[in-house]
Amino acid sequence: MREGLVKIGRAVVFLGQLFSRVRATPLQARETLRQIYYAGARSLVIIVTCGFFVGLVLTLQTYDTLTRFGAADAASTVLALSLFRELGPVLTAILFAGRAGTSITAEIGLMRATEQLDAMDLMAIDPMERIVQPRFLASLIAVPALTVIFNLMALLGGIFFAVFVMGNDVISFWGNMQASVELGRDFLHGMGKAVGFGFLAAWLAVYFGWSARATSEGVALATTQTVIATAIAVLILDFVLSAFML
Amino acid sequence: MTSDRHDTGHFIEFDKVHLSLGGRTILDELNLSIPHGQVTAIMGPSGAGKTTLLRLITGQLKPDSGRVVVNGEVVSDMSTKALNQYRKNVGVLLQNGALFTDLTCFDNIALPLREHTKLPERLIRKIVLMKLHTVGLRGAAQMYPRELSGGMNRRIAMARAMAMDPRLMLYDEPFAGLDPISMGISLRLIRQVNEALNMTSLVVTHDINEVVKLAHLACIIAHGNVIAAASPDELFQSQEPLVAQFMQGLPDGPVAFHYPAPDLANDLLSGPSRHA
Repeated sequence: MREGLVKIGRAVVFLGQLFSRVRATPLQARETLRQIYYAGARSLVIIVTCGFFVGLVLTLQTYDTLTRFGAADAASTVLALSLFRELGPVLTAILFAGRAGTSITAEIGLMRATEQLDAMDLMAIDPMERIVQPRFLASLIAVPALTVIFNLMALLGGIFFAVFVMGNDVISFWGNMQASVELGRDFLHGMGKAVGFGFLAAWLAVYFGWSARATSEGVALATTQTVIATAIAVLILDFVLSAFML
Repeated sequence: MTSDRHDTGHFIEFDKVHLSLGGRTILDELNLSIPHGQVTAIMGPSGAGKTTLLRLITGQLKPDSGRVVVNGEVVSDMSTKALNQYRKNVGVLLQNGALFTDLTCFDNIALPLREHTKLPERLIRKIVLMKLHTVGLRGAAQMYPRELSGGMNRRIAMARAMAMDPRLMLYDEPFAGLDPISMGISLRLIRQVNEALNMTSLVVTHDINEVVKLAHLACIIAHGNVIAAASPDELFQSQEPLVAQFMQGLPDGPVAFHYPAPDLANDLLSGPSRHA
């Protein structure tokens, strides 16, 4: 318990150091854009694929259940609400941690193990500013953007199932959804969560990389910790935010 | 650099430096003077604190007591800003080169210039190509470190360390793992660069035969202090047991071959539970 609190304390101190050294220069902006490509654009395949199949399976299950109660028309509403409010932000953040968070942790951890961070420090270049900050900002931006794409793909999956498997028409599927889902209350509610989850995923990925022991075991442990800690932290934050937002 | 000046006549001065790490004394009231403009070799058994000396000079470590004075300024008294300014004048070649693997060789060398100067890109290009030419790798400018051999990586790292034309160059085991050709090239480069740029160079190494060809002054560190400091030739003539053991590479002597252990006969005859 005490050890856990110490670890959380260290992660908070690290975050403080990161914020205290934020610097906006053209070089930093260029590096952040490059990292958005590596962390965000390269996560598109997994986000698009998973989003589409989550939409398919969610619509399948919803139709099956609601048909028993004669409420199959509400399937699109259930799909959209569960996606926008919960599944979209939560699954995107966890998928991001598995795909890009681990990559960021391993990269920073290996830079520590191969003395690249030391070399930077010795050249009077702050590695926190040059290496950590762009990756943190890139993840912070990428997670909400990927959440939008995940939601969109899941909706497409839902429409695909409703139209081509269940034989419904697109207009009634979309119309039912539009009648019950509100932009501010439902979609933006989910996007608020996505920003919070993006913050967690970014923070934990760079922190575990930075604090990794400079050995192969240390880097392996750090990447595992990134996935586990992000998944747990995201689910806890999800509950807290849901309790306050509803 | 903002700290008070402490001119001692030497470029680097260790003054009664004491340092303990993890409860173990690494340096014990160590005194050492490194002259300006020369190549000085630091030698000693593994774990003697050679790399620790470099880390004290770069300000990565602070002594528990005593002071490290470089070019008249006390390193441990420097503020973060002053330390960063100081580090721009110190080139460090780390043991494995520590090149940035996501940058080309050209960009590795250009990085400190782009970060610390406002030089136009065309001038940076010229400087980088000249540095690369010095280490014989101008043709590898656009290659990544992973595409080059270990020895070539070390030379690129050397070019990066001298990108800002530092007054002091620190080399941590520059010959470790190099083939004889790469070793010869590195040796010649260290000496040539030191003379051409009027630098002071400090080389931490185990390679005694190379030290003879390279260093003006050689120091042996053991038991937390300097046990000998003289020209390499003089050290070879030394009758002091530890110096003789080190310079001649004898397996046993003041530095024991065996790690401390119980009596062999007792150990062999005792049950397996002793090491369980």
